[in-house]
Amino acid sequence: MSATKTLFDKVWDSHVVHKIQDGPDVLFIDRHMVHEVTSPVAFLGIKNRNIPVLHPEKTFATADHNTPTINQHLPVADPLSANQLKMLEENANEYGISYWGLGHAKNGIVHVVGPEYGITQPGATIVCGDSHTSTHGAFGAIAFGIGTSEVEMVLATQCIMQPKPKRMRININGKMSKGVTPKDVALFIISQLTTSGATGYFVEYAGDIFRDMSMEGRMTVCNLSIEMGARGGMIAPDEKTFEYVKDREFTPKGADWDKAMAYWETLYTDEDAIFDKELTFDGSLIEPMITYGTNPGMGMGISNDIPMANAVQGGATTYQKSLKYMDFNEGDSMMGKPIDFVFLGSCTNGRIEDFRAFTSIVKGRRKADNVTAWLVPGSHKVETAIKEEGILDILTESGFELREPGCSACLAMNDDKVPAGKLAVSTSNRNFEGRQGPGSRTLLASPLVAAAAAVTGKVTDPRELMEEMVVN
Amino acid sequence: MAYDKFDILTSTAVPLPIENVDTDQIIPARFLKATERVGFGDNLFRDWRYNQDNTLKEDFVLNQDKFSGKILVGGKNFGSGSSREHAAWAVYDYGFRCVVSSFFADIFRGNCLNIGVLPVQVSAEFLQKIFDAVEADPSTELEINLQEQKITLLPTGESESFDINDYKKNNMLNGFDDIDYLLNIKKDIETFAENTPL
Repeated sequence: MSATKTLFDKVWDSHVVHKIQDGPDVLFIDRHMVHEVTSPVAFLGIKNRNIPVLHPEKTFATADHNTPTINQHLPVADPLSANQLKMLEENANEYGISYWGLGHAKNGIVHVVGPEYGITQPGATIVCGDSHTSTHGAFGAIAFGIGTSEVEMVLATQCIMQPKPKRMRININGKMSKGVTPKDVALFIISQLTTSGATGYFVEYAGDIFRDMSMEGRMTVCNLSIEMGARGGMIAPDEKTFEYVKDREFTPKGADWDKAMAYWETLYTDEDAIFDKELTFDGSLIEPMITYGTNPGMGMGISNDIPMANAVQGGATTYQKSLKYMDFNEGDSMMGKPIDFVFLGSCTNGRIEDFRAFTSIVKGRRKADNVTAWLVPGSHKVETAIKEEGILDILTESGFELREPGCSACLAMNDDKVPAGKLAVSTSNRNFEGRQGPGSRTLLASPLVAAAAAVTGKVTDPRELMEEMVVN
Repeated sequence: MAYDKFDILTSTAVPLPIENVDTDQIIPARFLKATERVGFGDNLFRDWRYNQDNTLKEDFVLNQDKFSGKILVGGKNFGSGSSREHAAWAVYDYGFRCVVSSFFADIFRGNCLNIGVLPVQVSAEFLQKIFDAVEADPSTELEINLQEQKITLLPTGESESFDINDYKKNNMLNGFDDIDYLLNIKKDIETFAENTPL
């Protein structure tokens, strides 16, 4: 038998503490991130059992889901939110866990700050009580979201119990066309697989299109793995990865770096390794994408028409219910639909590259009067870069304001709620009914599509504005 | 947290024949602000159950008196989206002990198993039979036998077997949770931790 292994097998197998016959594997966790919403009941659990946190140095806490994005220097007004934030701080202090709360220089969205400070490393197992933990797979880590019972397990034992997922590889070669971003590549894949097409699998993304992406772009792609049902997605680390990781606060230094590199350089899929499922797409055919329904699988090229119910996978009743909620009709074109809100941010598209892309379109133009725009950096580090690179000046000149870091309108736990019936173009990850506020309607798209909508006040193909820029 | 033992459940069912029911529908994010596991059932399917002025949406299944029971039957890809265990807590707190569907999202399924709600995956055909039977006669009872891994439509006796791994089955039959198991092998974990590269 051949000993060839996939990247996923290499990392998973090296973290199995114990295998249970006809049961899950006991998986050792290298890095655990916690936030205010999914951790309080887990801390309560270990308190009730009267057991300590086994490895507090492997757990990192930040406040992000339930924080305001203006006036962060003032006390949080909502008493329930304030209490949740206070609980996280108290728990972190009690158990000796690093805590980057509201106002802390390192505060930001958990999946943005993890990589920024080198907590995220190749070949690591990383979990967090948040489904978009898959983001960290961009570094060749096995990273996935867990429930609160599992958060408690990791606090208590640094392990969780998981059946090993099956392996899927998604190969995309070719170059991204003009106006196409990593977000579009991900929305394209999800539109092909549907929101359940990768359930039960862990995905490896392979091919030129991912190799050519920046680390930020790879994070966007891996972030959205959960939206096709996959527990996580990963990309083999390469020079770009090592360059990004090097010299960050929590990455190994000196001899430890050399030791880590010796491990990291083994992290690739062996040539003959077998996947349970393998899919291949032509990257040059991917267009700027937009969603039209109430799950991330309901997406299409921005210039297409909304598919007819009989042309889509799944039940017609559910499909029509979804379009009814969106107030769209089968066969409608999305282009030109007037919009009310634009949200740039989230763990999907709240990084510096996303703000650069957004700014490339709005530069020299004005925010449309009918649009409310929320521009929310993923972290203070991103916020600082926005200011230092002069991006803030361009945004201000174009009539936009920058808010303070947090998850914000992605899940609308704080006050950043899109009102009922209003239509938002959002760079976030979910367009579920009411996700951005009760009754809100969401179109998921890239920062370029969001920018084009923000300056025209309607759904617009960003390529049209990019052409104008060349002409000018 | 240890939970109730699950052996045989005989109950009427609540049908929700919609696909891709996501965890934001099961419990919207604005109801995740509690710091204890209490009261989530009140907000189960909040925005499908209530109008924005908090009046009931009469046509939603949870608001129809004829449907009740400890079994929730949902369409394909039930529980997709967020990892919030609050969704499973809301299902449990409302009074359900079992969710039946033809396909479950991964994290939701795991969360249910971790708190003692049994996810039962059946074929699309059997799911349709359940929907048809329950909608035709809401007093239709289902029997879920965990030991035998069998779900039966009692009026007709039609049944199907379902999968669950032996470890989780044993946990549910006895009300054990994973932390009990992990604490028992803590020595192995500590030895392992000393040899990890990162």
